[in-house]
Amino acid sequence: METMQIEKTSRKGIVLFSEYVAGSAIRKAVKIGREEVLFELRDSKLKGRGGAGFPTSTKWMITAAASAPKKYIVCNADEGEPGTFKDRVLMMEHPEIVFDGMVIAGYTIGAKTGILYLRGEYYYMLEFLENHLSGMREKNLLGKNIIAKEGFDFDIQIRLGSGAYVCGEETALIESLEGHRGEPRNRPPYPVNTGFMGCPTVVNNVETLASVPHIIMKSGKWFSEYGTDKSTGSKLFSVSGDCENPGVYELPWGMTITEVLDIVGAKNTKAVQVGGASGICLSHAQFNRKLSYEDASTGGSIIVFNESRDILHILQNFMEFFVEESCGQCTPCRIGNVKLLEGVKKLRNGNYTFAEIRNLRELGQTMQVASKCGLGQSSPNAFLSILDNFSAEVFQYTSSDKHNGVNNE
Amino acid sequence: MNSKTESRAPVSQQALRVQQPFDSSQIGAMVTIEINEKKMQVPLGTTILEACAQNQVQIPTLCHHKDLCTAGVCRICVVEVDSMKTLQAACAFPITQQIKIKTSTEKVRKARRHIIDLLLSEHYGECYTCVRNKNCELRSLASEYGVDGFTFGHPEKRKHDIDKSSFSVMRDMDKCVLCRRCVRTCIDLQEVGVLEAVGRGDQTHITTFMGKPLSEVICINCGQCVNRCPTGALYTNDPSDDIWRAIDDKKKHVVIQTAPSPRAAICEEFGMAAGTSLTGELNTALRRIGFDRVFDTNFAADLTIMEEGTELLNRLKSVVVDKDTSVKLPQFTSCSPGWVKFIEHFYPEYLDHLSTAKSPQQMFGAVTKTFYAQEYNINPEDIVTVAVMPCSAKKFECNRPEMDSSGFKDVDYGLTTRELAKMIKEGGIFLPEMPKSGFDDPFGEASGAGLIFGATGGVMEAALRTAYELVTGREVPFEKLRIEACRGFEGIKQASVKLKNCVPDYTFLEGVDLKFIVAHGTANARQVMEMLKAGELNDVHFIEIMACPGGCLGGGGQPIPTSPEIRKKRAEAIYAEDESMTIRKSHENPRIKYIYEKFLTDGPCGHKSHKLLHTHYTKRGNFIV
Amino acid sequence: MLIYERNSLVDEIVDLTVEYGKERSALLPILQTLQLRHKCISDFAQQEVARQLSIHPVEVYSVISFYTFLHPESQGRNIVRLCQTISCDLAGKCYLVKAIERELGIKFGQTTKDKRIKLEFTNCLGMCDQGPAMVINERVFTKVTPERAVAILNEVK
Repeated sequence: METMQIEKTSRKGIVLFSEYVAGSAIRKAVKIGREEVLFELRDSKLKGRGGAGFPTSTKWMITAAASAPKKYIVCNADEGEPGTFKDRVLMMEHPEIVFDGMVIAGYTIGAKTGILYLRGEYYYMLEFLENHLSGMREKNLLGKNIIAKEGFDFDIQIRLGSGAYVCGEETALIESLEGHRGEPRNRPPYPVNTGFMGCPTVVNNVETLASVPHIIMKSGKWFSEYGTDKSTGSKLFSVSGDCENPGVYELPWGMTITEVLDIVGAKNTKAVQVGGASGICLSHAQFNRKLSYEDASTGGSIIVFNESRDILHILQNFMEFFVEESCGQCTPCRIGNVKLLEGVKKLRNGNYTFAEIRNLRELGQTMQVASKCGLGQSSPNAFLSILDNFSAEVFQYTSSDKHNGVNNE
Repeated sequence: MNSKTESRAPVSQQALRVQQPFDSSQIGAMVTIEINEKKMQVPLGTTILEACAQNQVQIPTLCHHKDLCTAGVCRICVVEVDSMKTLQAACAFPITQQIKIKTSTEKVRKARRHIIDLLLSEHYGECYTCVRNKNCELRSLASEYGVDGFTFGHPEKRKHDIDKSSFSVMRDMDKCVLCRRCVRTCIDLQEVGVLEAVGRGDQTHITTFMGKPLSEVICINCGQCVNRCPTGALYTNDPSDDIWRAIDDKKKHVVIQTAPSPRAAICEEFGMAAGTSLTGELNTALRRIGFDRVFDTNFAADLTIMEEGTELLNRLKSVVVDKDTSVKLPQFTSCSPGWVKFIEHFYPEYLDHLSTAKSPQQMFGAVTKTFYAQEYNINPEDIVTVAVMPCSAKKFECNRPEMDSSGFKDVDYGLTTRELAKMIKEGGIFLPEMPKSGFDDPFGEASGAGLIFGATGGVMEAALRTAYELVTGREVPFEKLRIEACRGFEGIKQASVKLKNCVPDYTFLEGVDLKFIVAHGTANARQVMEMLKAGELNDVHFIEIMACPGGCLGGGGQPIPTSPEIRKKRAEAIYAEDESMTIRKSHENPRIKYIYEKFLTDGPCGHKSHKLLHTHYTKRGNFIV
Repeated sequence: MLIYERNSLVDEIVDLTVEYGKERSALLPILQTLQLRHKCISDFAQQEVARQLSIHPVEVYSVISFYTFLHPESQGRNIVRLCQTISCDLAGKCYLVKAIERELGIKFGQTTKDKRIKLEFTNCLGMCDQGPAMVINERVFTKVTPERAVAILNEVK
C-alpha cells in the first residue's frame, strides 16, 4: 500500500527557505538577551501569519511583561483553512526553525512550556516531530539549562486536535487544550493576559514562529526590507486549484495576483480565492491587487479557478464548510451560515427574489460585525465578495432553467 | 467529584477575570467612559451591560442571567465600541480603559434585528399554544425590536421529539434558542450535570448524556433550568387537566394543600411586584374554582418538625448514650425532593444520614387519606390530594412507588405555582381582588415555624425552635424567635447553639454545643458532602439542605423570572408572615397536639408514624445505563 | 459488555490518567487514545473517564460530539475520510465518490454491512496541492484516482 509521499525538495526562498543551522538562533538569542530579541522583533514588524496580522512583538512584549508564575507558548498548527498547507510543508521540511522559534519565544517571554497544537489530520507527522524533539533534547536545545544557560528550562509537548476547524481560533484552541469543546472565548481578556490555564499565553502560527530564528540571525531590519511597508518579510503561499504547479511558494509580500498566477502557471483564470474559505474571491478586474495585510490579506491560501468553474458551486462548497465547522455557539454564525447556504442553493436553482438576496447580504454584514470570533466574522466574506464580483454569473439562473445545481456533486 | 473552590464551568462561560494591577475596590479605581455621548464614571472591570444598567440605558439580553456566569453567545446585547472594528457583547465586555460606547446605532439595531430574525427562523411552534405565551423573552424581544415577519423563514417541521419522559421537566428542543442558560444552571449553578451542548455547527443542540430521555439520566428534577429558560423549551409537566377532571367529577373529594412559597410568589403571576403573600386570597380562589377543602401544608411542616426533630434527638441519644455506631450523625433534612434524589444519585453511601421523615407534602397526603378520611368519614378512594408546591421535583416525589403508605397514592398531583396561577386564571378569577379567607379544618392551623420552611434555613430555624424547647424547656434565646444565623442567602451557613440546663429527659445533652449547617443549591450541597467525606463535619449534628438556590422560594415551579432580588423579596414576605402569626413553634400548634392525641397515639417516631410519615431511599448511583 | 471487558477498560483508563494526569486538560489525549485503540468511546468508557477526571459524563459526551474524529459508537473497523473541500473538489472528488460508492454499494455517511468500512466526508486535509486526498484511519493518500481509490479500499481489512 502506498502512503503519502513526503516530498523533501530543496526549496529556496528569501527568508523561511533560506539557509539556517539548527539551534544557531537559540544560541544567538541567549547571547543578545531578551530585550534585544524583542527589539529585533519590533524592528522586523513581523505580523501574525495565521491571517489576523497582529504584531508579534506586541504579543510577546505583553506576555514578557506580565508577572505570572507560569506562562505558555503555544504553536498553532491547527491549519484548517481550506487551501492552506504551508504549515505542513514547514513542519515536515523545516521542523528545526519552527521549534527553534518556539524555544526563542519561551526564552523571551519566560515560559517553561511550549505546546504544539497539531491538527488531528496531521497525525502522521506526530512520530517525525516527536523524533525531532528528542533530537533537540539530546543536543540540549530543549530541557533543563538549555545550551548550558543556567535556569533556561523549556520543553515542548505536542497535543493533537481532533478535527475541528474552529480550534485554529486561538481562544478555541486554548479551550480545546484545557479539555473543553473548542468554543472561542469572550475577548477581552486576551490570551496574552489570561490564556491556557489562566496563565499568560502566546499563541503564534507555525509560520510566525518559523520566521523568528531568521530574524534573530539576520536582524529585524533585514527582514523588514522585504515586502511592503506594512507587510514586511516574506510569506508562504499555498497555491492550489487550476494551475500547473500547485504547492508552497515563498514570496515577498506585495506581489500582485497576476504575478503569482504567472509563477504558478495558471491559465484562463476566472477567479482567485485569497485567504481560503474565510477569504475573498477576486475576479479578473482585481488581479492587480497586492497580496498584503493592507490590501488582499491572506493567511497563505490562494485557490485558483479557471473559466470552466461554476462560481456558485464553489460558494456552496465554502458555505457548507462553515455550516459544519461553526462551533455553534453564537447566533449569527450558527444560524447565519445556514441561511447564507440556503441563499446560495436558491441562487443555483434560480428560485430567489432580489429582496431575499438583499436581506442575506445585510445579514452577511451583520455576521461580520456581530459574531463572537474570527470564524463567524469572516465566514460571509466569500458570499459577499462573490455577490459583488460575479454578479452577472450569480444571477444568471431563473427557476425555469433546468439546472440541477443544488446537487452537491 | 472532588471538593473544589473554583467553578467547573468552561472558562468561556465563567465570570470574566480581568487582570488588574491593583485591587480596584480598595482604592476605588474609576474609568471615565462615554455611553451615547454622555460621560460617566464606572468602577474598573464593570461590564458594559452593568454600566448601561446603572445609567438607565436599556440593553436587550437573552443568554445573560443574573444567577449565571457570562456566556456572550446570543449576541443580542452587542454595542458599538469606538476603538473596535466589530460590535462587542455588552454582557461580556469588561471596561478597563476609557471607551466610547454607542448602544443604538444603525449597525447595532440591524444586528439585533438580524439575531432575532435568525432565532425565529429556527424556533418551531406558535406563540398561541406555548406555555410561555406572554412570558417569553424571545417574544418580547421580537416585539421590542419591531420584527414584523419571518425574514429568514420559519420552521415547518419538528426536528426533535418532545421529551416527556420525566415526571417533572419536559423538554421541547425545537423551541430552544441555545442560550445555554440551562447548561450553565445545571452544570455550574447546581452542579448536577445533566444538560450540555452537544454537536457542532448547525447540529448543536442541548441534550443529556448520549441523548437519553431525562427520566433515564441523573436529573434531580429541581427545575432550575425551567426557571431560567427564556422560551418555552423547558417546562414542567402540567397535571391541571387531570385536576380539573377530578374537580368536575362529583364523586371525587378534591383537597388541596398550599405551601408557603407559592403563596408568597403567586402575586408575581398576576402582575404584582414580588414580595406579597396572597394566602387568604388564594384560599378563596381555590374554593371558588372548586376544591372541596383547602389545607395548609404548614400543618404538615409542623408535623415534619415533630418527626424530624424527634428523630434527631433519638439519633443523638443513640450516639451519645448508647454509643451505637450504626446510627449516623449529622442528620440531613429530607424535605427537598431534589436534594433527596441528588444524594441518592451522587452520595448513595450517605443515605443513612438522611432523615427518614417524609417531606411535608407526602406527610400531608398520608394523613389526609387516613386520619382525615377517618375523622370525616370519607372513602379515601374518593379523595384526590393536590399539592401546590414551588417545586418541580415534588411531581417526581409524589410518584415515587414507595409513597403509598395510606394504601393509596398519598399525593395524587403536584402542582406548581405557575400551573396553579394558570388554573386560577382559567377559572376566571383575578387573584389579588379576592376576599381573604382561612384554611379548612382539621389541618387549618399552622405555626410560623412551618411557614418559614419556604426559605433556606427555615427548616433549621423551625427545628431549633422546637428542639431547643423540648430539650431545655425554654424558648430559643433569640429576640422575636429570629434565629438570624439560619437566615440569609449565603451558600453555606454554619452555627451552633449551646444546650444548658436541660430537662430531665435530655440531661445527656447537657452542655452540648448543637452544631448545624444550612446549605442551599446542590452546588453547595456537593461542597457540604465533600466536607463530610473528608471528615470535616464529624462534630456537626444537623444539616439542612435545599436543592434550590434560596430554598423553596426559589424552586423550579415558581414564577419566572427569578433573580437574587426577587428571591430576597419572597423571603421577606415569608418572614413577615411568620412574625404575624400567633403560634410560632411547631409543637405549640394545637392541631399537631390533637393528631398525636387522637391518631398517632404512640407519639413522634412511634410505630404508626413510622408507617405513615417515614420513608426509605434508593441507592441510585450515578451510572447511566 | 462483559464484566472482564469492563474491568480491563477501567484499568486502561486508569493507566491513561497516570500518563496524562487527572486534570480536565487530560481529557482530549485520553479520548484520542481510546478512540485510536477501540475505534469508539463507549458510553461506559465515557462515564469512567468522567469519574476519573471528576467531571460530568455529559461533559465528556459533549466534547466527543464536538470533535469530528471522536465517536461514541463504533463506526466500522476502518474509517475512510474523503476530503470534500474545494481544492480536492476541483481535482475530481466527485468521480472518486461515484466510484467508491459504486464499488462498495453504500453511500458516504454509511458503513458496509460487514462493518469493514465507514465512508465519511471530511473538511480540508491540508493536501490541497495533491488532491484529491483521502485518509484511511490515520494514513493519508494523495492524488487518488478512482481506480486507485478502489484498489486501496479493496486492500483494507
